[in-house]
Amino acid sequence: MSNLRAHARAVVIGCGIVGNSVAYHLCRLGWRDVVLLDKGPLPNPGGSTGHASNFIYLVDHSKEMTALTVESVNQYKEMGVFTQSGGIEVARTKERMQELTRRMSSAAAWGIDPVSLITPAQVKELVPFIDESIILGGFYTPGVGVVDSLRAGTIMRERAQASGALQVVAKTEVVAIEVEHGRVRCVRTTAGEIEAETVVITCGVWSPRVARMAGARIPLTPAVHQMIDVGPVPRFAGAKGDIEVPIVRDMDTNMYERQAGGDLEIGSYAHRPILYDPEDIPPIEKAALSPTEFPFTQPDFELQMQHALELMPEIVGDEKVGVKYAINGILSLTPDGMPVLGESPDVRGLWSAAAVWVKEGPGTGKALAEWMIHGESEIDLHSSDIARFHEHQRTRAHVRARAAEGFNKTYGIVHPSEQWASNRNVRRAPFHERERELGAMFFEAAGWERPMWYESNAPLLEEFGDRVTRRTAEWESRWWSPIINAEHLAMRERAGIFDLSAFTIFDIQGPGALGAVQQVTLRQMDVPAGRNVYTPVLSHNGGFKSDLTVMRLGDEHFRVVTGGASGMSDKKWFADHLPADGSAQLFDLTTAMTTVGLWGPRARDILMAATSDDVSNDGFKFGACRTIDIDTVRVLASRISYVGDLGWELYVSIDQGLKLWDLLWEAGRPFGLAACGIGVYGTTGRLEKCYRAHGNELETEYNVVEAGMQAPRVKAEEFVGKEAHLRHREQEPAAVLCTLTVDDHRSKSGEKRYMLGREPILSRDGAAVTDRRGRRSYVTSAGAGPSVGKHVLMSYLPPEQAVLGTKLAVQYLGERYPVTVAVVGSTPLFDPENTRIRS
Amino acid sequence: MRILVAVKRVPFTGGKMVLASDSRSLETRHLGFTISPHEECGVEEAVRLIEASGGESVVLTLGPPEAIEQLRDAMALGVDRAIHLQTDGAEWDPEGTAAALLDAIRADEETYGPFDLIFFGNESADSGGYQVGLRVARALGRPAVTGLKGVKVEGASVRCEQEADGGREVYVVPMPAVLTVKEGLNLPRYPSVPGRMRAGRKPVATSSPLRPESRLQLVDLVVPGGPGRQTKLLGSGPSAAPAVVDMLRDIGLV
Amino acid sequence: MEDGEASLQALTLARTWGGPLHAVHADAVEPFAPDAIAAILQRSADDLSVSAVFAAGTDRGNDIMARLAARAGLPFASNCIAATPGDVVGVVRSRWGGSLLETAALHSPRPVITVAPYTFRVTERPAPIEVDVKRFIDELDPRDLTVRVSEHVAPPTGGVSLAEAKVVVSGGRGVGSKEGFAIIEELAGLLGGAVGCSRVVTSAGWRPHSDQVGQTGTKIAPELYIACGISGATQHMAGCRAAKRILAINSDPEAPIMTNADYAVVGDLKEIVPAISAELRAARAAHAPLPGPLPEGERGQ
Repeated sequence: MSNLRAHARAVVIGCGIVGNSVAYHLCRLGWRDVVLLDKGPLPNPGGSTGHASNFIYLVDHSKEMTALTVESVNQYKEMGVFTQSGGIEVARTKERMQELTRRMSSAAAWGIDPVSLITPAQVKELVPFIDESIILGGFYTPGVGVVDSLRAGTIMRERAQASGALQVVAKTEVVAIEVEHGRVRCVRTTAGEIEAETVVITCGVWSPRVARMAGARIPLTPAVHQMIDVGPVPRFAGAKGDIEVPIVRDMDTNMYERQAGGDLEIGSYAHRPILYDPEDIPPIEKAALSPTEFPFTQPDFELQMQHALELMPEIVGDEKVGVKYAINGILSLTPDGMPVLGESPDVRGLWSAAAVWVKEGPGTGKALAEWMIHGESEIDLHSSDIARFHEHQRTRAHVRARAAEGFNKTYGIVHPSEQWASNRNVRRAPFHERERELGAMFFEAAGWERPMWYESNAPLLEEFGDRVTRRTAEWESRWWSPIINAEHLAMRERAGIFDLSAFTIFDIQGPGALGAVQQVTLRQMDVPAGRNVYTPVLSHNGGFKSDLTVMRLGDEHFRVVTGGASGMSDKKWFADHLPADGSAQLFDLTTAMTTVGLWGPRARDILMAATSDDVSNDGFKFGACRTIDIDTVRVLASRISYVGDLGWELYVSIDQGLKLWDLLWEAGRPFGLAACGIGVYGTTGRLEKCYRAHGNELETEYNVVEAGMQAPRVKAEEFVGKEAHLRHREQEPAAVLCTLTVDDHRSKSGEKRYMLGREPILSRDGAAVTDRRGRRSYVTSAGAGPSVGKHVLMSYLPPEQAVLGTKLAVQYLGERYPVTVAVVGSTPLFDPENTRIRS
Repeated sequence: MRILVAVKRVPFTGGKMVLASDSRSLETRHLGFTISPHEECGVEEAVRLIEASGGESVVLTLGPPEAIEQLRDAMALGVDRAIHLQTDGAEWDPEGTAAALLDAIRADEETYGPFDLIFFGNESADSGGYQVGLRVARALGRPAVTGLKGVKVEGASVRCEQEADGGREVYVVPMPAVLTVKEGLNLPRYPSVPGRMRAGRKPVATSSPLRPESRLQLVDLVVPGGPGRQTKLLGSGPSAAPAVVDMLRDIGLV
Repeated sequence: MEDGEASLQALTLARTWGGPLHAVHADAVEPFAPDAIAAILQRSADDLSVSAVFAAGTDRGNDIMARLAARAGLPFASNCIAATPGDVVGVVRSRWGGSLLETAALHSPRPVITVAPYTFRVTERPAPIEVDVKRFIDELDPRDLTVRVSEHVAPPTGGVSLAEAKVVVSGGRGVGSKEGFAIIEELAGLLGGAVGCSRVVTSAGWRPHSDQVGQTGTKIAPELYIACGISGATQHMAGCRAAKRILAINSDPEAPIMTNADYAVVGDLKEIVPAISAELRAARAAHAPLPGPLPEGERGQ
């Protein structure tokens, strides 16, 4: 029936909004011989796109999601399938009203306007059938709208077909994906075989099943969200369009209501999580409705009917308005709520674009196509990268536990530091028990339990008295303790011992090892053995893919140490760039080694007491790394410091980690060694040193010059991003990374407030600050600088504002606070000469 | 007035019949359930009649625990209360079903008085026995009229319309009476949200009758196969019109 | 027995059981009174000591036979497509309007069975012995005459009856709206046929229930059934499966109806159906007899 192409540059599997978009953008960017398949019929193959509620809210606290959404909306508008309706998030509680001010901040930070906070009366004007007496206000985004996603998919698909580059085959099922030498080779279907250079899985809820055919894993789970349609609504009789009234998100009840022609559609994310396995989704002919529309379970909607009735009694309470349609719709959920995009770490050439909602569909398609063709997408996708998952996070149990926990937070108030409750205690440092005894407050990172601070350090609060900043407001006190600031001061005064077990550590070994690490790092790697180098890792466009430390342990032996959050994708990046001739190999040591940090003015004293090796400043210079013996424990010691103080990172094999901790603890006792948590390591320590962090200051969107991290010279060797980096050095930066301090913390009510990060930076009179590339200034990191007695913020500023002493403002929870530029570039606030770290 | 409607929980089938592995029932894993279509119209009719003249309506079913959904559906349309004869999910034959329903009806009438009308579906969508209503009527000694597309209460009688040969045949029978109805009797309403909410609070009386020996025993189910039709594609789009007319000519319709 | 093919089909099955065949007419009592006929049947059956009672599985047939079974305290197997005599009768019954078959064992001293219409080919005209029911009629209990036809409302004149039409043009969800049926009506008119529709259409209120073809609508057996924009759910196929020929017009080449049809056209029915009507008109005009003298002004054209 169909003459399936025998060979394809890309086979895209799944013809929903994402598949159509990926195929379209691949062809638009110049690829020919693209094949798009679906086992269902067209135009509606029966996936989630077919029953999506199709509305798009623009503002998300996530910069990445907002960027994908904005790009998608632009594409929908260009295709003529976007209908603007406006959207209002209503608040029933005071807590929610505060949350809406955070929405305003995020909108300002990501450049979404106009937006406004409106009163109940104003909500009523926009949505006349709402009962305004039960709400306290709303967050109004006029730019919200609905799209015809099926039509959009068809348009994109047909454009690509018209160019001759794309072949579309419906009713054709993939039965196998052949992999050879770790790379996709061909796709076998019910209509024949296609030799494929790349394969893209855009199968929505079926993605894990299809990925498994290639021996790869896509960590998502199908899950239910309920939707009903009531009508005919008398008020909507004679409606000319699909929607003429703003969409309402009833945030506190996890529900939404939107007009759909003459009916009202009501959706809910409030019911118990109902998860399925991809095997549970029936093929289209066995399903009575569509495969992703399951029979409605009335009991799960009982409370929601009540809530909808409260908010919109005129319509929902009308006895003549009937429930015409009710389904348990199926969508994809991931463990962390972000999509799953990128090349699979399991199989080369196998790409995924799964767990993507209609609102970010076309944007994701474009980003993935750019990534596939140019090696990088314009939008930084590090939070959606499929390579981000650690092994345990890809298990069914983890995916389900976190997806279930995250589901009811879909419209939730989620604190930036909020911790997951499910599936904890998966990875523990060997000294975990010691930490527990010390009253550690454990936070999770990459599955590791790490102390954020230690309750047993409470006496330090008294010791440091007024120098410890307290917080009185509830929001910024959540998931925080003033003990963090006290621990910081103890470290700066004496020394601190740190659990750094969450590092991802891997070795590159072999004759080609030097070449391999040179290839992906900005800094010069050809240093003598026994040296460590902190280096950015650039993307093709010269932005920051990551930053990490590389130690040269031998001629052909390098050890890479990177944070747990980006560890897995960094590992893939290094692995992907290994020489093709096999002259360098990668060995993951993450679970073989653990790391302890020891910093502070007394750190050397403590280490000297523990080891007989020479750790004097002359004997062990800053930037050196060497094996030393601490009692019977052989330790790789590296003089480097992310907290900007004298000290070492100490790497030891996991079996002896506890012993090392105990030895150091004993040695440290006479010197007042304090256990210090990640509150110090990740925030207070680095902020007063103006050290940058990946995911905060360092993203692909900003380049090395803008971040103030360019070295005097660029190494002669080739590396990814070199060409772009050289160009950036010639250009005037569009923005400059600065450090700011807060002048006055007092809110209108007189309470002192402390920013947490991602807030917009504005002029003193509230105007947005935007650089010449259209990027808004926002707080990339925020936290206490206890040693300098200031609350420290970092932000990229346009050159005109990037001047010492410039007076600006930060918008936090609806109020503006004055801030001043304290550092332009990377000179530290604390110990600007770096005497302590080099002592 | 007092009206009872008997309903049966049946699956919503799609494009294909799929059997469970034991071949004695349908595979219902992916299917939703509903009140059998003819009976939906019976429920609507009962609700309308009580709305017009006051009184009480009751919905009755013999079915598994999940059949409570169908009882709530009926109550969401306005039926006042329900009687649930719970089974373990195994199928009951028509005689057994009629006997169980009869017992429940007699018990209810003893307490609350006779039902002026009892509605059944003409036949259930799945097993299509065509007999439960008539058996109950016979046992109660009441007149029964089947396959109705029109029902009108006139004083102490009910005027019933049945379709026959394109026209309608009219029966007028005295109440209390038993009526079996067909889809098309009315267009059932959708439940309102307040109706649904009230349904959750309406009373359901539950009991578990014992299944008697069956005289019509299910052996197994089979999806009818056979060669099926060989489809000849005449073309795509309006350009296929001439081919269609050729075909019409060939079969003598032009 | 009633008049019509269905009863002859029932007779065809009954004949396979052997033995003499007796028949009681459903119109033995006029106007029609189902309890009375059931009573007469019961008396006849007892009187003749028949081993089984058969009837056609029409509405009327099932009505009468269920009443017979109820009053005689016997099980009743309705809509059978096969029945094998024996101590325990093996029947194959129709479920879901014929989309599913059930094999069952009927334990009964006197099997009461109706035969699913359109499932047997009448190979000969079996001639049963007419039972003289006069005395049974005389002895009827008046209560058996309570349920009795009192009035017959004639069908609206004009138009073709859906159940009788030789051609039915039917529309489903794909027609889109009430107004959309204009093109369906047009084609039906040109073919001298009736308009039908699917259950989705009647639920949406676009057409009256009397147009509905399906398990809970009208079951039809026309020469030709043209299904436009109908997916072909099992309950719909139950209503049109007995059509001699089916032409399906649908935009989805893999819709269930497309593989259950004799002919198919893929595409948008909103374009295809008017095109067929236009083609029909053109074909008929081409074959029309020559008109009379040309009107003034058109000579020589």
